[in-house]
Amino acid sequence: MRQTKLFFLQMLVAAIALALWHTLTTYPLFGRLLLDPFFFSKPLDVAARIVKWFREGTIWYHLGITLTEAMLAFVAGSIAGILVGFWFARKPLIAAVFDPYVKMVNSLPRLVLAPIFTLWLGLGIWSKVALGVTLVFFIVFFNVYQGVKEVSPSILANARMLGMSERQLMRHVYWPSALSWMFSSLHTSVGFAVVGAVVGEYLGSAAGLGYIIQQAEGIFDAAGVFAGMIVLAAFVIVIDAVVTLVEKRLLIWRPKVTEVGV
Amino acid sequence: MTFGEEEATAVSLVDVGVSFGLARGGSYPAVERASLSVADGEFVSIVGPTGCGKSTLLNIAAGLRPPSSGRVDVFGVPLHSLNRRAGYLFQADSLFPWKTALENVAIGLDVAGVRQAEARSRAKMWLSRVGLGHFSDRYPHMLSGGQRKRVGLAQVLIRDPKILLMDEPFGPLDAQTRQIMGNLLLDLWQADKKAVLFVTHDLEEAISLSDRVVIMSAGPAARIIGEWKVPLPRPRDAAEIKLDAAFRDLYREIWSMLKEEVMKTYSGAGTKQ
Repeated sequence: MRQTKLFFLQMLVAAIALALWHTLTTYPLFGRLLLDPFFFSKPLDVAARIVKWFREGTIWYHLGITLTEAMLAFVAGSIAGILVGFWFARKPLIAAVFDPYVKMVNSLPRLVLAPIFTLWLGLGIWSKVALGVTLVFFIVFFNVYQGVKEVSPSILANARMLGMSERQLMRHVYWPSALSWMFSSLHTSVGFAVVGAVVGEYLGSAAGLGYIIQQAEGIFDAAGVFAGMIVLAAFVIVIDAVVTLVEKRLLIWRPKVTEVGV
Repeated sequence: MTFGEEEATAVSLVDVGVSFGLARGGSYPAVERASLSVADGEFVSIVGPTGCGKSTLLNIAAGLRPPSSGRVDVFGVPLHSLNRRAGYLFQADSLFPWKTALENVAIGLDVAGVRQAEARSRAKMWLSRVGLGHFSDRYPHMLSGGQRKRVGLAQVLIRDPKILLMDEPFGPLDAQTRQIMGNLLLDLWQADKKAVLFVTHDLEEAISLSDRVVIMSAGPAARIIGEWKVPLPRPRDAAEIKLDAAFRDLYREIWSMLKEEVMKTYSGAGTKQ
């Protein structure tokens, strides 16, 4: 009962927003249109565009490209983040030496790297993957580093008293702890992988969702820009749902955070 | 004190001193010249006011940290690294949260190279011995505090250590659960006598479980200031024994000494501010 009521209210928000959008772009108020359809398009036009894309099937190709880029960026960034995170956490001297450089690179807005990657790797998918990797890497790296560092001292002492060797500590204590930290940031890192792909495409490419949006913008096609944004949002929501499923399976041992409110 | 009890001594701390380096230089003497030995199969409790360094002594007996002075012998051999003959039940939760109860119990055998099937079947047996036969698939967060301590006990005992070190293991539990755990511990110990060194701030708990009670003074520079044998018959019931007249007499006698130290801790804490 509460579920359906909540769902109804959520849908109501969307309905009101769409109705406002439609009204303000279609019917003049006080003698003029408050939102110019040239810049804001109309919900029905946007919907028609989305339907057209899917009917023609062209959108699948672009979605596939963006998904491939995001996945490659996520996998490569995660592997690099895990390796470096472990390495730094276990070798404090290395971590101390590299600390200022890590901070420097991380504080750099990653967007400025895009031209360099395009220069090095061309307009194909690899320049987008590289941009995504620089985003994903730091999130995974910081979490793994933290996860290895913050193993509770009594768990560590217990593991040693139970006779674990250094390698067994790695496998039974550090690794699961680091993974749990990494998985807790899974939503963020997957999200950033998508951001890297789309922004990279937007700045220069021949395919992908970012490319579609950029093309539409180039010819002042507001309906195309909005349609691209909505497809992108739906795409991210689907990916996020998949991540939630994966998370539930992998972090079964973790206590549920008690929900506040609602 | 008890020097040279020959081969029957499981652990002995000889003139052990511990001091911690302070951030602004100098050092804080935590424990001073503590000598203590536990015979094979003997149950000894250390009781003292909070912060007197009881846990530190236990960590030294476990080989988790070296003493600043003095030495530790384990079955007559000086201890220089981790104490391989000892099992340690910690005060804080120290189960692996990412392993099920069964995996937590089996881990000690796993890392020792026991075949997985055998490790699991022995872990199952230990879980039922601590009364958790039906909980093998639960993760630690799905268990109550008392159940987690039971898993911890099984986790330590499955490796069959000759020495059992326990640091206020039942501290965070409620009174009823503590008594149940006390009896469980006594049953397991009775079945296969290990040398036990049990740290607690609860004098009643110490007397009801132990063969011998050792009292430590308030810190800094805490020292061992007294030692009582507990002449109560075994097997005991940790709850019922507290009604025994001999228990009450012993309790009163030890408490009169401990009380002074507890008061010192409070007044000491007052002047330190």
